[in-house]
Amino acid sequence: MNVREVIRYRELLFFLVWRDVKIRYKQTILGAAWAVLQPLLTMIVFTVFFGRLTKVPSDGIPYPVFSYAALLPWTFFAAAITNAGNSLIANTDLLTKVYFPREILPISTVLAGLVDLGIASLLLFALLPIYGITPDWGIVMLPVAIALLVVLAVGLGMFLEAINVSYRDVKYALPFTVQLLLFITPVIYPTTVVPERFRSLMFLNPLSGIIETCRSALLPDRPIQWGQLGVSALVTAVVFVLGARYFHATERRFADII
Amino acid sequence: MGAPAIHLDGVSKRYRIGATRKQRMLREALVDAVRRPFRPPSDEELIWALRDVSLEVGSDEVVGVIGRNGSGKTTLLKLLARITDPTEGSVDVRGRVASLVEVGTGFHNELTGRENVFLNGSIMGLKRSQIAESFDAIVDYSGVGPFIDTPIKRYSTGMRLRLGFAVAAHLFPDVLLVDEVLAVGDAEFQQKCLDTLHDVGRGGRTVMFVSHNLEAIESICPRTIWIDRGTVRKDGPSKEVIASYMRDAKTASGSTVEFGADAHRTGGREARFTRLELLDENDRPIDRLRSGDALKIRLHLEADRMVRMPYFGVIVSTEFGAIVSHPNSWTDGFEVESVGPGEASFDLTFERLTLMPGTYPITLWMNRHGDPQPIDHLDHCAVLEVHPPERDVLDRILQRRTGAVFFETRWALAR
Repeated sequence: MNVREVIRYRELLFFLVWRDVKIRYKQTILGAAWAVLQPLLTMIVFTVFFGRLTKVPSDGIPYPVFSYAALLPWTFFAAAITNAGNSLIANTDLLTKVYFPREILPISTVLAGLVDLGIASLLLFALLPIYGITPDWGIVMLPVAIALLVVLAVGLGMFLEAINVSYRDVKYALPFTVQLLLFITPVIYPTTVVPERFRSLMFLNPLSGIIETCRSALLPDRPIQWGQLGVSALVTAVVFVLGARYFHATERRFADII
Repeated sequence: MGAPAIHLDGVSKRYRIGATRKQRMLREALVDAVRRPFRPPSDEELIWALRDVSLEVGSDEVVGVIGRNGSGKTTLLKLLARITDPTEGSVDVRGRVASLVEVGTGFHNELTGRENVFLNGSIMGLKRSQIAESFDAIVDYSGVGPFIDTPIKRYSTGMRLRLGFAVAAHLFPDVLLVDEVLAVGDAEFQQKCLDTLHDVGRGGRTVMFVSHNLEAIESICPRTIWIDRGTVRKDGPSKEVIASYMRDAKTASGSTVEFGADAHRTGGREARFTRLELLDENDRPIDRLRSGDALKIRLHLEADRMVRMPYFGVIVSTEFGAIVSHPNSWTDGFEVESVGPGEASFDLTFERLTLMPGTYPITLWMNRHGDPQPIDHLDHCAVLEVHPPERDVLDRILQRRTGAVFFETRWALAR
């Protein structure tokens, strides 16, 4: 990745983030409410079906809080990679008419999602006192987990978007892949339901460590699993480097084949 | 000439036509990789948009770029703007580049004019404060004042052009690339743009100006580069280069023009134009076409197989690229069941050619209804050389020499 160029074009990066946010909120009736509704409705459905009816364990935490704490980063991540994966195609006009470091597009798309995440988090902080939960000092790890999530989303987004430009059927495979990913990530269930000997496999999916860390950061009496977080951080770094390299290798062809 | 701002060394650009026409699927790529892992992709057609181009442009030059459509002018600008990379060779452009490759380049429809000015500025790598400094001048120049806070999608093409040009000209790029965008604006604004380009050049910055408007190029560019089939055909003082370019276009004149294998064709796979004849009303070849004469254009074509429901068109334009007339069999209600396999000819008759004396390039096309890809398309493949009429009825009009067309008009005192 061409870091120096990206920094030189930071104004454009901020501008595109601001543009994405503005257009999203201007064009939808629900506007900002949409950012809250999506995880909220998912949380309610999960609580009814998984929490009450199926009785999925939640490590002794009220299921609504348990699932919402994971749904926040999950919703952000799912939207981020879906949007980033399509950001080159959505910006064909810019891509074929002017030069700027192409990395700006996936990065700005992911960053724009942070605004949604921020709005949706407000509800969580309203939810916690209702269930009598006060976060402890672990909450300082929340920004770290979110930062990791951003890096992972940008890395994966760059990869997805590079193959999306070359092969148009990626667009159809992407939503399905995201759906599968939800089930192999501890959003609905805690990692503790997985037998001990398979649990380390779980953390090859970097989302597992990041999302579990989000939960532990928000909910007291739930120590942060440093080992798991470390593995996730490592995998995230690998994904980012590979994504950036693939993006860089193919970016010179974008304007010709899009 | 100042220090070189643009330096191209042996630059070639190759495009894969097959790959752009048809979107590739990941599934196909995987199947291909399994089936024939060592065979290169074969069904792709490679074309060289530019071939071994080397040139240098100084930091205070205003350079015109001319050539027929499809000769590689736009590809050249895209390489200079870093939108695309060369297949071979190196492109070196110093400083900030602003490109006006199309009307409203880099504009976003949902954003207001004001926001788009900032978007454009940040695409050029400018800081907010730098853009803000020039903001008033930009709005003033563009004349879109009252609409600056209206989303761009409500702008007319002319307004977009004016705003786009104002941004590009006022944000002090070191290199300004302008591609045939001025054709959309009104005459007054065109002149304003030309004056601005001229000034920008004098301000020690580089301008590359692509246009079919040879008059405009000659008036503002001391130097002109003529691109022909992807190579630099001629590079030098504008007057000389434009004169050679015009001479080249005129070699196609005469009463019969043959279109061989070297014609500038798009399509021509299943059927193609082979010849064009200029005839008078008695089917005799015309050796001197005059204003007001009858003209019959006879189109000859050959088809490898039967082509159903083809439509034909003849575009008559001025040498500056403006379309004078575009008769075509579709709007004229002339239907042809099919042509081919084999040869066929069609006549297009102008009862009275009311063109002013001058040079008028013609473009031919043949399409199938509902198919955006032409069966055959020959851009500026022949020239109508129109001479003054023998009888001097038009004498007075001709002395004025304005406009491309004369109408049969009559003056009278109104009662």
